Amino acid sequence: MEAEEVRLMKGNEAIAHAAIRYGVDGYFGYPITPQSEVLETLAELKPWETTGMVVLQAESEVAAINMVYGGAATGKAVMTSSSSPGVSLKQEGISYIAASELPALIVNVMRGGPGLGTIQPSQADYFQAVKGGGHGDYHLIVLAPATVQEMTDFVALGFDLAFKYRNPAMILADGVVGQMMEKVVLPPQRPRRTEEELRAQCPWAACGKGDRKNRNVITSLELDSARMEENNHRFQATYKLIEQNEVRYQTYYADDADYLIVAFGSVARICLKAIEEAREAGIKVGMLRPITLWPFPKTQIAELAKSVRGILTVELNAGQMVEDVRLAAPTTPVYHFGRMGGIVPNPGEVLQALKEHFPELA
Amino acid sequence: MKEEIVIAGFGGQGVLSMGKILAYAGLMDGKEVTWMPSYGPEQRGGTANVTVIVSDNAISSPVLDTFDTAVVLNQQSLDKFESKVKPGGTLIYDPSGIHRLPSRTDIRVIPVDAITASIELKNSKTYNMVLLGALLKCRPIVGIDAVIRGLRKTLPERHHHLIPLNEEALRKGMSLVD
Repeated sequence: MEAEEVRLMKGNEAIAHAAIRYGVDGYFGYPITPQSEVLETLAELKPWETTGMVVLQAESEVAAINMVYGGAATGKAVMTSSSSPGVSLKQEGISYIAASELPALIVNVMRGGPGLGTIQPSQADYFQAVKGGGHGDYHLIVLAPATVQEMTDFVALGFDLAFKYRNPAMILADGVVGQMMEKVVLPPQRPRRTEEELRAQCPWAACGKGDRKNRNVITSLELDSARMEENNHRFQATYKLIEQNEVRYQTYYADDADYLIVAFGSVARICLKAIEEAREAGIKVGMLRPITLWPFPKTQIAELAKSVRGILTVELNAGQMVEDVRLAAPTTPVYHFGRMGGIVPNPGEVLQALKEHFPELA
Repeated sequence: MKEEIVIAGFGGQGVLSMGKILAYAGLMDGKEVTWMPSYGPEQRGGTANVTVIVSDNAISSPVLDTFDTAVVLNQQSLDKFESKVKPGGTLIYDPSGIHRLPSRTDIRVIPVDAITASIELKNSKTYNMVLLGALLKCRPIVGIDAVIRGLRKTLPERHHHLIPLNEEALRKGMSLVD
């Protein structure tokens, strides 16, 4: 195969390119900073003229997620993207998609909240993404990219996992990784699935009865409580399987670390620079970066917690992931350092926070 | 080699695009690069800045607190970034509109009158390319040929006739620095 060209692009642009290359059937969105380049790039690339991918600017975020619901019900590979306030609007639809056991990809390029907030980067939708967000007991598979290359690669990973488990996946990014440019290699172009391939891969899809005995019906409604509890048991069994099989994370300088930082997304990169500076000063700090925020790498954090004096989570929020880290490492001192409202800490501030929480380092 | 640069000024001065051209030139030279803009309303007249890192090795943080080189194009940016240049680093500034001059003595401070230069080139849009030329004379991060190759690759065909003018602006900028 011919080597793919190295390109320079924004994380948001990379998502659009990756969606076309994966052979996505439909994108439905509504513009909002800091992720508008996803829809903008798709409009520029006009994939409806090449792969036949549908790109539609809906009248609202609510309409967009319900278009995704409808498309997913027919077995198509469909997605939407938005930023925090827009993703709040989508929550009802996401709950319905999860309850209907449908694959779909939702991208959230987070901005500072609550409310309309600011357009600058944030990670304050962690709880919303990993604890449900909409109503009912459900989970999304949540991927947290730290680089433009991961923005690209997680489109395919998100769809693959979504189809494997018939469960919606989310790329939980932030304004930094959405807006920054760096080098990226795009995957080769895959053809969109043919109708025959779709029927073979998704025997559950509501895409016409064909030679099937019965119609497929997709719904989240089940008024018989006993059956609805059965459905819930089935969902929970799927979540358990995902927790067993799909935890992803990366460690940095963790082997000999006395202190551990846990951070995700772009913040993990800022922490890595702080760690490099700390190591130059003889402080043995390491890091675990969860790549899947759900399922959360709790076993791996528990294991590393045994050999460190303490853990610091660094997040663009008031302290959300820190709760999951504390659950994973109940006997280790776990602290949180965060900035809010769109402020992104620099490596110096991270180092400072480390020294404040662990006074022996000062 | 690793160069951590901030470029800051008013929205509309070509701050973000100057950073982009530098990043593309780095890409052409086979370097690792990151380009992290201040985004949003800044693009429409407020203060804008962009952090560009060009390195032989993988880049960790795209967000920085100190810089090897700062290029500042207005008073606000000078006030904000002068203290953030690493000792021994470089501060390039456009003196027009500057009333509080930089005072650091542990860094190299270089005024570049890019406005006059761009007027002499009879095209005010060459302003940021003059500054980029000056920057590359002070800090030879990438060669001019890499900048030109980057422009050729990223500019739409209909703008390619402007590449010689941009090259002239780069060279003029270089000539403004000793």
